[in-house]
Parts: sequence; C-alpha cells; structure tokens
Amino acid sequence: MLQLSRDTLLDAYTRMRTIRDFEDRVHTEFATGAIPGFVHLYAGEEASAVGVCLNLNDADYIASTHRGHGHCIAKGCDVGGMMKEIYGRRGGLCGGKGGSMHIADLAKGMMGANGIVGGGPPLVCGAGLAAKRLGTGGVAIAFFGDGASNQGAVHESMNLASIWDLPVIFLCENNQFAVTTSYSTTVAVEHVSDRAPAYNMPGVLVDGQDAIAMYEATVEAVRRARAGEGPTLIEGLTYRFEEHSLGLGRVRRGEYRTEEDIDRWRKRDPIVIHEERLISQGIATREECDAVNAETQEEVERAVEFARNSPFPEESDLFEDMWANPIPQP
Amino acid sequence: MSKKSYRQAINEALAQEMRRDPTVIVMGEDNSGGMGAPGEDDAWGGVLGVTKGLMPEFGRERVLDTPITESAFIGAAAGAAATGLRPVAELMFVDFMGVCFDQIYNQAGKFRYMFGGNAVTPLVIRTMYGAGFRAASQHSQCLYPIFTHVPGLKVVIPSSPYEAKGLMIQSIRDDDPVIFFEHKVMYDDEEEVPDEPYTIPFGEANLTREGGDVTVVAIGRMVQFANQVADKLEKDGIGCTVIDPRTTSPLDTDSILESVEETGRLVVVDEASPRCNMATDISALVSQEAFGALKAPIRMVTPPHTPVPFAPELEDLYIPNPDKIEAAVREVVGYGA
Repeated sequence: MLQLSRDTLLDAYTRMRTIRDFEDRVHTEFATGAIPGFVHLYAGEEASAVGVCLNLNDADYIASTHRGHGHCIAKGCDVGGMMKEIYGRRGGLCGGKGGSMHIADLAKGMMGANGIVGGGPPLVCGAGLAAKRLGTGGVAIAFFGDGASNQGAVHESMNLASIWDLPVIFLCENNQFAVTTSYSTTVAVEHVSDRAPAYNMPGVLVDGQDAIAMYEATVEAVRRARAGEGPTLIEGLTYRFEEHSLGLGRVRRGEYRTEEDIDRWRKRDPIVIHEERLISQGIATREECDAVNAETQEEVERAVEFARNSPFPEESDLFEDMWANPIPQP
Repeated sequence: MSKKSYRQAINEALAQEMRRDPTVIVMGEDNSGGMGAPGEDDAWGGVLGVTKGLMPEFGRERVLDTPITESAFIGAAAGAAATGLRPVAELMFVDFMGVCFDQIYNQAGKFRYMFGGNAVTPLVIRTMYGAGFRAASQHSQCLYPIFTHVPGLKVVIPSSPYEAKGLMIQSIRDDDPVIFFEHKVMYDDEEEVPDEPYTIPFGEANLTREGGDVTVVAIGRMVQFANQVADKLEKDGIGCTVIDPRTTSPLDTDSILESVEETGRLVVVDEASPRCNMATDISALVSQEAFGALKAPIRMVTPPHTPVPFAPELEDLYIPNPDKIEAAVREVVGYGA
C-alpha cells in the first residue's frame, strides 16, 4: 500500500470519521427543526473527499457540489464555523448568508458548495488558469456527481481544461442516483470516465469506497496537473447512504433502489473498509480507532454547542457583504 | 487628448490596464483571432476589432482565444477572478447570455454575499448590445435590465468614447463583477478622449444637457438621441436636462430625483424591451419618491414589446428615435395647457 505514513493513514481515518459524525449530527439536529433549509448529507461517500484532498494544500482549490460538507472538512475548513453556517448563525463560515448549499472558505481553497448541478467545473477551470498564470503551482479540482456529468457546462469545461492544459482534475462522484433517477438511465456510456478520451485526457475508474484507491488515483492526476500535462477525469463509484436531501421524507427507503442494494453498499462503508485495513495491517489497533472516534464525536459535539450558542444574524447583516467596492452614499 | 473611436477608447483602456497590472487578462472568442494560423497572429482582435493589437503586446498567456463555449469560459473568468486574476471576458453578443447566464448570476454575482463577504470577484464581462445593425432577433437585444435585476452585478453602459474609456478602466479596477455594455452601432463614433488613463466613478450620473422644463433620462446610445432633441428644442424655448446614468447598477437615483424636483416632468428613453426595463424602473422610482413634484404624467420612449425585426424598414420603426423623443417631450411640456 504505497508509501503513506502512519500519520497520513490515521489522518484519513480521522477526517472520514469527522465527516460521518458531522453528518450524523446534522441529521439529528435537522430532525429537531434547529437547522433551516435544504441539507444534503455526504454519508457513505467520505472516501472520495478525503482520499482526494489528502493530496492537496491550501494553495490548491476545490469546487464542491450541494453535497458539500465532506469536501469542506476534507479540505480543512473549521468544523465549528461550518456548523454555525449550517445553523444560519453569525460567525458562520459565510456569516449565515450561504448555509449548507453555499458553504465556502476561499482561504482554505474551498470555492464553495454549489446549488447548481454542474456549476463548479467552469469555476475550477478559472482557478486552474489563475494558478498557471500566477505560477502558484496549485491545482484545482471540481467535484461533481453523475447527474452533473451530463451538464453542458461540465463537458465544455473538460474541453477547455484540455485545450489549455490547465492544472485541473474532474472528480466525478458517481453515487448512482440523481435524486432518485438511476445514472444507468441517464448516462449514455457505461462509466462517466469513459468520456475522457473525447477530451483527450486520461479517464480513471476507481472504487469510491476505498480512500486509499481514491488517494492513489489522485496522486497521478495531481502530478500531471502540477507538471503542466493537463487535466484528468477520475470517477469514483460510490453510494449515498441517506436520501438525496433531508426533508425528502416522502421518498421511502427501497422505493427507487432495492433494499438489497442499500444493504450491500452499507456493508461497503468506506470508514469500515479503512478501519479494517488499519487494523489488519497493524497500523492501528481497534482501541486506537475507537479513541479517534471518541475525539471526532467530541469535536462535532463541541461544534453543535458552539452553533447553538451563537447569535442569530441581525437586520443590519442583511445589507452587509454586498460589494467589495461599495458606492459611497451621499 | 486626441480623437478616438468608441472602439479605440475601449482598446486603449484595456491596453493601459494590462500594462499597469499583470493580473489583467482578456479572453473570448476570436480575441486575437488567427489562432493557429502561422503569420496571422493578430488577424481579428474580436469580431469588432476591440482587442486588436493586445495579443502581439501581451502574448497568448494574457490574450486568450476561447472555444465557443460561453458557460466554460465565462465561468472560468469568474473562477479566475475569485482566485487572483482580473479577467476581462468577452461575451460577444449579450444575446448569448442564454448559454452562460448561470455562471454570471448564480456564481460570479453571488460569491461575495453568499460567502459572507469572504470573496472578491474583479471580473469584467464585455458585451455588445443594441439594435440598428440589421442583425435581427438574436443579435440585437439590450438585456441590461436582466443584469440590473441581479443583486451583486454592476452594470455599466457607456454612451460615448470618452465615457467608454473611463468607465472601462474603472470596471477593471473595481473588485466586483461588472457587465460592460458596448453598443454595436457606436463603435465608429469619435470624440476627443484623453490619452492618459482616467476613471469615471460608478453610480454618478452625467448631466449632458441642463434645462429647466423637463428631465430626460436616457440609457446608452439613447443619450445621443436625447442630446440631439435637447439641442433642437432649446431653440424653441424648451429646456431639457438630459441625464445619462452611466451605470444602471448602481443607479444614481439622487440625480434623477433632484432634477425631477426642479423640472416637474420626466421622459425616460430606453432601447430595452418595455416590460420591466430601466424606463419602468426609473418611472416607478420617480412616481414613488417625487410624485408631488410631477406636473405631467411620466412618458416612456421604448421599442414595442416585440423581438427585434430584421427588415430595415421594420427595425427602424422598432428603435426609439429623436422624433419619438421630441414628441414625448412636447407632450409632457404641453400637458394641461
């Protein structure tokens, strides 16, 4: 298993656990009515965000989807600031103006969750262009889903990144359903990654439940990007454990995907897969993993308390943050 | 100071800002033109020649020809603006917003507010608008009201070469996303334009004529027509104040209201389709804020609510012209008499 250090492997475990605990907690908090709006949980797909972002630093950018909490945490965003944002409180990462679907932290290279399916890939081409022009050595990664893979903007972006040799990676998280519509009925090729040759870039199909597989696929893509060799399309085949959106209560378990499929994929929980690997290879003991878990739960619990006790925005906040260069009022 | 066309004024603004700031880039379809044709590196400079000469001076790293995929390259310009560059992207005809509007209004226009003030997006989108070119329904629209409607976008509509240069330099230096509207009929208009760089601030209207009887607010190319009418009517003893707002977002409401308080009469001239355009917006503003000052109903001079027709005879009927403006001014001045 490549040359990953024990620290890195444990870091991957910690980040995945943090995401899962965060999402589980958001789920229960949403049920109490404490969290307004739309929330899309990432549970089941943690290996993708974490495996990919292990390759990145703060000079690298990612654009996310509306299922963005996992990408934020994997990219290093503050968990307390995130929870405040999802609660819509002052002091949240976006001051309570963005919420779950627009959570962002440009200082961490997180260009935002995005309410528009396929909205991120064009932006990432721009981040790649800026990195190239400014010579930062940075790469930019667009996460998008199987649903977005059909969007014109995504195809246009793959073409643009390829002709300009941009340091960009297109990272399709194929969780197999666009809301409740199966990708097998909406994607004309067997795998999204099969489309890569049309844009003259490598296409890689990866087990999206395996954080290390996602990491390894990204190592080569990042190398290519930083070396000026252009973009790569990576498809991680994954599965979302929850429904498309919290609040979609009328979609019943098993209605559009079989109970057997759900159970089969739940057995391929990315956190369990990674944990078993750590233990079986003697990298960590079960007790050490449990200790990590206790810490991540504690961290998320603190974030919830922090959010609950944070002030609500005030009327004056409604008018703040409109312009970088406001027009002076007479 | 020397005579420059609207086209040259914008080109000079781009070149001067590119010399001043290495993070300024231009990108768009055919911006240099001749891409890939040996010896033809600077063939076009965009379909109307506005970016001609930039590629030889600044190179292909900063003057990018794009594929005809507006979502990708307008979105890339937005992403580059949020991560350290100052892109000036050309959306060749504003009518093409339909294939990239998401990247403008949902992405670039919302970053700052949606991210709680933690983003700057110094993006300029240059685009051609307006009728009069016999370019028919899909290459002749104004559409600036749609952009003005979106909070987070600044909308700039220069009415002359002097205005175009100063407003373009301001647009590039501004840290917010700017949509810069160039009227396709005006590219060869000439006037005296300073050689050195200068800026014209946003949200400060320009009073191009001053008179006491009626306020005429006109947008973009319509400012020229309004000036012609004002000059003609002055000889008949009718004094017009012509207001060029320069920017519709932000809009200098104070200058409009102050003028109407003085004249008591308002004509708004807008080349955009008449429903929910700048004329209705400004009329509503004045009705609400200066109702007591009005001595006559407000008149709006606009095209009919139809697509822009192709046949020259029909297009000429479509576009607001000085005769229609004059009739509206005479009507409000004569109201109740």
